[in-house]
Amino acid sequence: MPRRDDIESVLVIGSGPIIIGQASEFDYSGTQACRVLRDEGLRVILVNSNPATIMTDPEIADATYIEPITVDVVRRVIELEQPDALLATLGGQTALNTAMALHDAGILDKYGVRLLGADIAAIKKGEDREVFKSLVDALPPELGAESARSAVCNTLDECFAAADELGYPMVVRPSYTLGGRGGGFAYDADDLRQIAGSGLAASPYSQVLLEESILGWKEFELELMRDRLDNVVVVCSIENVDAMGVHTGDSVTVAPAMTLTDREYQRMRDVAIAIMRAVGVDAGGCNIQFAVEPTTGRLIVIEMNPRVSRSSALASKATGFPIAKISAKLALGYTLDEIANDITRSTPAAFEPTLDYVVVKVPRFAFEKFPGADTRLTTTMKSVGEAMAIGGNFAEALQKAMRSLESGSAGFWTKPDRTLPHADLDPLEAVAIPHDGRLYNVERALRAGYTVEQVYEASGIDPWFVDQVLGILELRREVEQVVADDGIDSAKSLAILAHAKRQGFSDLQLSKVLEVAEDVLRHLRQAAGIRPVYKTVDTCAAEFAAFTPYHYSSYGEETEVEPREKPAVIVLGSGPNRIGQGIEFDYACCHAAFALSDAGFETIMVNCNPETVSTDYDTSDRLYFEPLTVEDVLEVVAAEQAAGPLVGVIVQLGGQTPLGLAARLKAAGVPVVGTSPEAIHLAEDRGEFGRVLASAGLLAPKHGTARSSDEASAIATGIGYPVLVRPSYVLGGRGMEIVYDEGSLRAYVERATDASPEHPILIDRFLDDAVEVDVDALFDGEQLYLAGVMEHIEEAGIHSGDSACALPPITLGRSDIARIREATEGIARGVGVRGLLNVQFALQSDVLYVIEANPRASRTVPFVAKATGVALAKAAARVMLGATIDELRAELLLPDGDGARMPLHSHVAVKEAVLPFNRFLGVDTVLGPEMKSTGEVMGIDAGFGVAYAKSQAAAYGALPTKGRVFVSVANRDKRAMVFPVKRLVDLGFEVLATDGTAEMLDRNGVRATVVPKYSEGLAGNAVERILAGEIDLVINTPFGSSGNSGPRVDGYEIRSACVAKEVPCVTTVQGASAAVQGIEAVIRGDLDVRSLQHWHRELAALRAETRADGSGPR
Amino acid sequence: MSRTTPSRTPISRISRSSPAVLMLEDGRTFRGESFGATSDDLGRPAETFGEAVFATGMTGYQETLTDPSYAGQIVVQTAPHIGNTGVNDEDPESRAMWVAGYVVRDPSRIPSNWRSRRTLEDELRAQGIVGMSGIDTRALTRHLRERGAMRGAIAPAPADGAGEAALLQRILDSPGMVGANLAPTVSTQEPYTVSPASFGVSEVRLRVSALDLGIKSRTPARMAARGIEVTVFPATASGDDLLADGPDGVFLSNGPGDPATTSYAVEAAQKVLQSETPLFGICFGNQILGRALGFGTYKLVYGHRGINQPVQDRATGRVAVTSHNHGFAVDAPLDGRTDTPYGRVEVSHVALNDNVVEGLRLLDLPAFSVQYHPEAAPGPHDADSLFDSFVDLMQHPGKKGNA
Ligand SMILES: Nc1ncnc2c1ncn2[C@@H]1O[C@H](COP(=O)(O)OP(=O)(O)O)[C@@H](O)[C@H]1O
Ligand SMILES: Nc1ncnc2c1ncn2[C@@H]1O[C@H](COP(=O)(O)OP(=O)(O)O)[C@@H](O)[C@H]1O
Ligand SMILES: [Mg+2]
Ligand SMILES: [Mg+2]
Repeated sequence: MPRRDDIESVLVIGSGPIIIGQASEFDYSGTQACRVLRDEGLRVILVNSNPATIMTDPEIADATYIEPITVDVVRRVIELEQPDALLATLGGQTALNTAMALHDAGILDKYGVRLLGADIAAIKKGEDREVFKSLVDALPPELGAESARSAVCNTLDECFAAADELGYPMVVRPSYTLGGRGGGFAYDADDLRQIAGSGLAASPYSQVLLEESILGWKEFELELMRDRLDNVVVVCSIENVDAMGVHTGDSVTVAPAMTLTDREYQRMRDVAIAIMRAVGVDAGGCNIQFAVEPTTGRLIVIEMNPRVSRSSALASKATGFPIAKISAKLALGYTLDEIANDITRSTPAAFEPTLDYVVVKVPRFAFEKFPGADTRLTTTMKSVGEAMAIGGNFAEALQKAMRSLESGSAGFWTKPDRTLPHADLDPLEAVAIPHDGRLYNVERALRAGYTVEQVYEASGIDPWFVDQVLGILELRREVEQVVADDGIDSAKSLAILAHAKRQGFSDLQLSKVLEVAEDVLRHLRQAAGIRPVYKTVDTCAAEFAAFTPYHYSSYGEETEVEPREKPAVIVLGSGPNRIGQGIEFDYACCHAAFALSDAGFETIMVNCNPETVSTDYDTSDRLYFEPLTVEDVLEVVAAEQAAGPLVGVIVQLGGQTPLGLAARLKAAGVPVVGTSPEAIHLAEDRGEFGRVLASAGLLAPKHGTARSSDEASAIATGIGYPVLVRPSYVLGGRGMEIVYDEGSLRAYVERATDASPEHPILIDRFLDDAVEVDVDALFDGEQLYLAGVMEHIEEAGIHSGDSACALPPITLGRSDIARIREATEGIARGVGVRGLLNVQFALQSDVLYVIEANPRASRTVPFVAKATGVALAKAAARVMLGATIDELRAELLLPDGDGARMPLHSHVAVKEAVLPFNRFLGVDTVLGPEMKSTGEVMGIDAGFGVAYAKSQAAAYGALPTKGRVFVSVANRDKRAMVFPVKRLVDLGFEVLATDGTAEMLDRNGVRATVVPKYSEGLAGNAVERILAGEIDLVINTPFGSSGNSGPRVDGYEIRSACVAKEVPCVTTVQGASAAVQGIEAVIRGDLDVRSLQHWHRELAALRAETRADGSGPR
Repeated sequence: MSRTTPSRTPISRISRSSPAVLMLEDGRTFRGESFGATSDDLGRPAETFGEAVFATGMTGYQETLTDPSYAGQIVVQTAPHIGNTGVNDEDPESRAMWVAGYVVRDPSRIPSNWRSRRTLEDELRAQGIVGMSGIDTRALTRHLRERGAMRGAIAPAPADGAGEAALLQRILDSPGMVGANLAPTVSTQEPYTVSPASFGVSEVRLRVSALDLGIKSRTPARMAARGIEVTVFPATASGDDLLADGPDGVFLSNGPGDPATTSYAVEAAQKVLQSETPLFGICFGNQILGRALGFGTYKLVYGHRGINQPVQDRATGRVAVTSHNHGFAVDAPLDGRTDTPYGRVEVSHVALNDNVVEGLRLLDLPAFSVQYHPEAAPGPHDADSLFDSFVDLMQHPGKKGNA
């Protein structure tokens, strides 16, 4: 039966910025869905505030609204576009909650918009934990499914009453939040007060669920699909290596489940299907989590998500079954048997994938960015990304996954034990604490002689997994023994090495164990013919032929890589998402694949991040799901060189990860296209880069390198305080700090570094009060295309990734931009860039400084592309393969002129960063030179004020238009603050301020009510009033040096309270001015929505006019 | 904590297992290590012959090994780890393991499951099952997929070319699956009864005679759970034997071998049809019914062996994910009705992957059968309601073969 014919247009809601618990998997699923809908001839309307996504590319939907995902905005979009239907099950919790709110507000009914996939009743049954539990408990008893004992509470008093019933410890879980936000374990009444308090606040319905603890049980997850004829398939089973109590998003997980018999598995499957039917997800996917008591097999249903989720992206990549794509088709009325399996082509999607390999996912954390954060893993998700690996067995998949993480250690024994977390504890005590990298401590415990049973008892990790780690350890010992006895190149050694490779040992691990150089080991191995082969993810364990070259390496007999004729280009992806290297880089990689495919190349993607569009087998011609290490990449290159002509490897688009491989790849004879590794070195080496700047007549902030505390003081005195200090050798975090005096400098050196000749400290003059400017450009060797100039809202000193910025620049004059353009060109030429270049400048008292230059795609590439309507990453890929900028202009891939001058009256785009502080309560939220944001949003409009207001609404919720503003600023900011605060008073705000600030305001004619400082300990202090919900906006700039007393602490408490209550908090002078402009714009009622396509059309018209005038630069 | 953590074997089996080969009749040879029994009853190095087939289920190796339908076959598991949940006392599908040989990639080092009693390898040894491990099972599966299931052997690695040639000759001399009559070897020798009482159902609502051509224990269990008392007869029981007690229905089980060789069962089925006693068949039983109706059966290139196979009910359009284990299939026209000596027959179910006949339904007599396994074990329970259909048919025989 064909699809339903009663809809012609569909509104799709995306998931907004990347945040913890909601990452690029929704770009992957949303992009797939939009493509399906368009292929079906439907008009697709998209709302998503995240510019770094593929789904917001103008060609993916018919009308793309990069606008805040709020009820009000979506209502306006619905008014304008009059869609027939809404698809909200592919945009994570954000989209689902928005759809519910639209329904509750009567908007869907009013405009006759039908919900596709899951209806309101089903969403409510799945999402409301209480309703869901009663539904589980009402299942036929022979299924043997239970839910954990629990109580739903809407107030703290109810919580305490329930605690008497349930007993401690218990789990607190808020309804309708994602990634377990606001939840946790309460071990006693104090815990309960604190956790349930914030949980009630986090839940949009002020509701939490208290639940009996089933810590230590085995945790499983099933991914299901159901069509309108009630056909149901289970796409994938996933088992958590970490037991219950660690959020699935933070657990090491395995697919398929490893420790269930068929009876137990089928029972789980029966329960899952019964739940899906009872909830009423009619046409789409859902995932259901289970807990199994390890000693009895008792089965408890934990939760279900009636939508595509993070795990469905993982399951799709793990099985080759594209859940989002098929969900979209099911939502349109197709049935599973009517949809073809893309991979086999001959068989339908109505089946259950079977795996002949093992998939392991490991989470990636960023605790080093948040000193003071609780690093213990709990029911609240804390990881910022993940890596997945596929292997012929568990050990291989696990070890590949561990080295995919790029988290310092590249698998067992690649770093000394003393660098492990909890290295100071006895290993058995360490494994009892769930933490990032716990498996390293499991290995350490086994190595120390603890038994599998002991480690299981301490950690709750199933003995089967613990024993796998033991197997790896035993094999290591065997390798060492055989090599010691017989010599490394003996037949016996080679046989055991081959065996170790089959169990996933990397050359690097073996080289550490055997104390030989990695290259030596690799040559020995390769000479002995011990090479990986590439198998195919085919959904069916080879029962049918596969047509999709989705490969993974394994040490087997037979490779499945097909020969090819066309010249190929390999694009190296960016690995797991992390702070500083996120979805923006994946975006650039995908665009390279699209552009090069259009240009006639065969495109080959290598990446290990299951959340992304790049690892969708539809994105490139061939996909290798592999770690991005030298060894793994070299083997892929060799396999593809054997398959046909290989033009080269692109390392510039995936961020620092592939860039870091460039030199070693080149040394191994791999053709690296684009900027050469030597040129990359020129930009990355401080000394070399200094020479490049000097010869281009450019300035860098004064700097020096210190090898001792005394030397540091001397250098700092020489260049003058304040200085920016950072270790050249990174211990834990990045450890970048702004230091204002010698005492603080010495304290920093003590605390954050072990300054020594091997580990020097880099000291830069800190440019106070400077405007920071980011530039993205393309250089073809001759010509520069300046793609965009972004002026930061926050001053230099706040990492470019965390700062809001505007394009075109708001305050820079023509001559400034001309200087910037010249400087960028000078650097591009001096370094020898072929492709993308990103430069950060600081403009201080009219002097232009170069902060750094990155000869690669930057975080801002997708933002610039969307703001200027130019497919920058596509153009970059072409330049890397030899096209000139003029040629690309002729192809219309690039416009005439460039981004140095946007036409008069062109729109303004504002990027705002999104920070994860609400995940790390207790961590100071002040921004600094180290990046902390996980994602970004874009606001776009005719003028800066509205664009900025939109960016704020998208990132944090709308700016207030009335109410109370609390102001407390550092002395140096006081003068600059008068004007914006005065404006707020004019707009009708009531001002509260701390003593000093109030006095200053008063002298300037602004009446402010004085509020006691928190540190004064008085009732009615600022923190109390914020927590009481009496404040609508906070302006607080940090002062005092880092320490733990006085004003600094006050500021800290104020900002933490803002995070807890989600009150907008501005921490810079510039931010305050921008906020005021935004508030004014909202009050004027200028906030209207326009599609990206509309803005691009307008811009093109303005460009054409400018050209006709002859006034545009050429 | 009642976990059994039996003695561990090091992960690198190569250091303690002896080298073994799997050789196929086309000469392709895979090298690995021995797994399971390494010597026969007389202490000679074990060697085993059979038809090499692959099974794609990710769970249920214990059920697979004890499924009599696998008699005479060297079963290759595509799932990478086998043995993770050990061996327990509840899950066997018959009194013994029947596979001729067993090929896995990575045998589990330890079992981990609260029901586990023994390790798989110990059980294989105890039952004399010769196996091997450590081979690229995916390469082997692809080979079998492209060339078809074929004869093969697992043997200690031959020392030289002459040894290999001799092994190949022995494979070529071994019997193949076409023409193999295996049901009598796996069937019960004496009739026995499975009563509802042992499944907590006190009332006997119906009585069924089951012809054991290699029956799995879950089949009578699923019937008994519905109040059916099942009397299981040896494979060679006649139609009269089956009907002697005046049962409410007759059941034809699954089983190994070539359906073309089982004229005894075909005759028994015809007798049942003539008696107009409600009849239900599974797997081999479907082929027997097909032959009884006058259809042919043929060998599939590599068969269906897995628990993820989509089957469509042609009347409702609904799809069930089902458990399969068949190398042969019924040759009947997919569309329309065929006139047979027993009235009109239609194909009720088809495999969506390859359009193989998966079920037959008589329109004028109370009889139906399916080629797949509603009893599952291993596999999904999607088709469990077929047993209800059987009950329904016995209660209302006039409704004919409404599956
Ligand atoms: N009753 C419980 N006892 C112990 N741990 C639990 C309990 N309920 C949930 N968890 C743990 O908390 C995690 C998050 O809970 P879940 O209900 O899945 O919320 P979310 O919506 O964040 O995914 C689970 O993955 C599980 O490990
Ligand atoms: N000399 C300086 N003066 C003021 N701010 C600086 C200076 N150097 C760096 N910064 C700030 O620190 C941030 C990060 O520094 P950068 O060298 O760009 O490191 P990264 O490699 O992390 O991007 C910049 O975005 C800028 O805001
Ligand atoms: Mg969950
Ligand atoms: Mg930077």
